[in-house]
Amino acid sequence: MQIRTRNLYLIPYLTWILLFVVAPILLIVYYSFFNVDGQFTLGNYQKFFTPVYLKMTLSSFWYALLITIISLLIAYPTAYWLTKTKHKQLWLLLIILPSWINLLLKAYAFLGIFGTYGPTNKLLESLGIGTQQILFTDFSFLFVSVYIFIPFMILPIYNALEEMNHSLLDAANDLGASQWTTFRRVIFPLTLDGVKSGCQAVFIPALSLFMITRLVAGNRVITLGTAIEQHFLVTQDWGMGATIAVFLIIAMAFIMMLTRKRK
Amino acid sequence: MKKKNGLGPKIYLAIVFVILYAPIFYLMVYSFSSGDKMYNFEGFTLNHYKEVLQDTRLLIIVLNTLVIALLSAALSTILGVCGALAIYYVRKLRTQNSLLTLNNVLIVSSDVVIGASFLLLFTIVGVKLGFVSVLLSHIAFSVPIVVLMVLPKLNEMSPTLIDAARDLGASRWDTLSKVILPFITPGIFAGFFMALTYSLDDFAVTFFVTGNGFSTLSVEIYSRARQGISLSINALSTLIFFATMMMVIGYYFIAKRNQRGAGMGVGK
Repeated sequence: MQIRTRNLYLIPYLTWILLFVVAPILLIVYYSFFNVDGQFTLGNYQKFFTPVYLKMTLSSFWYALLITIISLLIAYPTAYWLTKTKHKQLWLLLIILPSWINLLLKAYAFLGIFGTYGPTNKLLESLGIGTQQILFTDFSFLFVSVYIFIPFMILPIYNALEEMNHSLLDAANDLGASQWTTFRRVIFPLTLDGVKSGCQAVFIPALSLFMITRLVAGNRVITLGTAIEQHFLVTQDWGMGATIAVFLIIAMAFIMMLTRKRK
Repeated sequence: MKKKNGLGPKIYLAIVFVILYAPIFYLMVYSFSSGDKMYNFEGFTLNHYKEVLQDTRLLIIVLNTLVIALLSAALSTILGVCGALAIYYVRKLRTQNSLLTLNNVLIVSSDVVIGASFLLLFTIVGVKLGFVSVLLSHIAFSVPIVVLMVLPKLNEMSPTLIDAARDLGASRWDTLSKVILPFITPGIFAGFFMALTYSLDDFAVTFFVTGNGFSTLSVEIYSRARQGISLSINALSTLIFFATMMMVIGYYFIAKRNQRGAGMGVGK
């Protein structure tokens, strides 16, 4: 009886897993061995290890790392002080709210804000710095990405801080630890899991953003995501696109392992 | 710990909030500007809203988006509940864990990889790109989140409830519909809402599998935004902002009603 029940539910679910989890990954790997003309080749992998692609991969990782670190540096104090506010649930909801708004619209807003005649340049001018080219620079890419990812970093850290046992802080205090020592030795290690999930939630998407690079970074910043999109939808070189996707999948698996929670 | 924030932290939080909200309000304010640029507010007008509401193509796209979202959320909820039950009934811990790992692959994968691999899949299988391919992909990437919302509810349920129902002679269908499903309803609702927001929010996956002739709102916004600034996008985003607010408030109340339901989620 038990066995038959289980089989019934497993049928649709396993079908889904096979069709949309296993098959797509296998297809990506399969396609990475074919060139534009549909011939079997290892050329895509060879091409991936040429300076052009390696440089792109490195810069993509570098940008993702920068975005993650900046987000973390801004998000941690925000989450920390949020837990100390009155009505913290409400404030948290307000922090999360912007993340429900389509990220394209948020990126689009920066087209105006960072534009040549936009408010940022007005401010710079009134400060005597003068009009700068902000849009389509590394800075605009980093700023907009951090802006978009901040809530995803704040939420897990906030949750970790909330779960922390507060008597430990009192203990640290009683034993004469300074505030900084308490933070470094007690609070931060205890919230490490939240930091890890936050980093994971930011780093992986940051590796593969292509819409933000296209909208606010011009063609200055090319991430792995941009390259995949380019190969699949513009140049139609699916083999090369799949090869880059293979490396992106490997990178994702690696990050998952790094940020795995201790149990 | 009960120490209140000093002035420094308060200013810090205020700055974070201002930066988080400024772009959104900036967008909204300029939707009322009579000019056609996103600087130098010229005068109040509702023309951009009129433009949006008269744009039949856009309205069809909005309709498409809603149909896709509702259908995919409903279907993925059914599949996700099946999945959660399947995982629940698997007694071996290792099988359970590997099922969960497979389940989570799509949640942590980047959109671009999902989009590209689905594009390959649909091409190989011969699904025409358009409504069907978009619907299928939205169902596919929403299933795991539904599973994650429903599973904790199932685990919370005491197994003796099922035994009791069976002992009292309930058929398997009765046990499911009269005991299990009512118990996990909050999880199902949370899952449905998450699936809905995932679908409404998705851009990258849809962008890959949409083909020509079919478009959802995100894809449309992207292609318009790439052509530069047009204040009708601002008007549209103001409308979307308020629709989103309504949804979040609705979700908040559902989550609040079943306090112990799955926690607050974040859009993709």
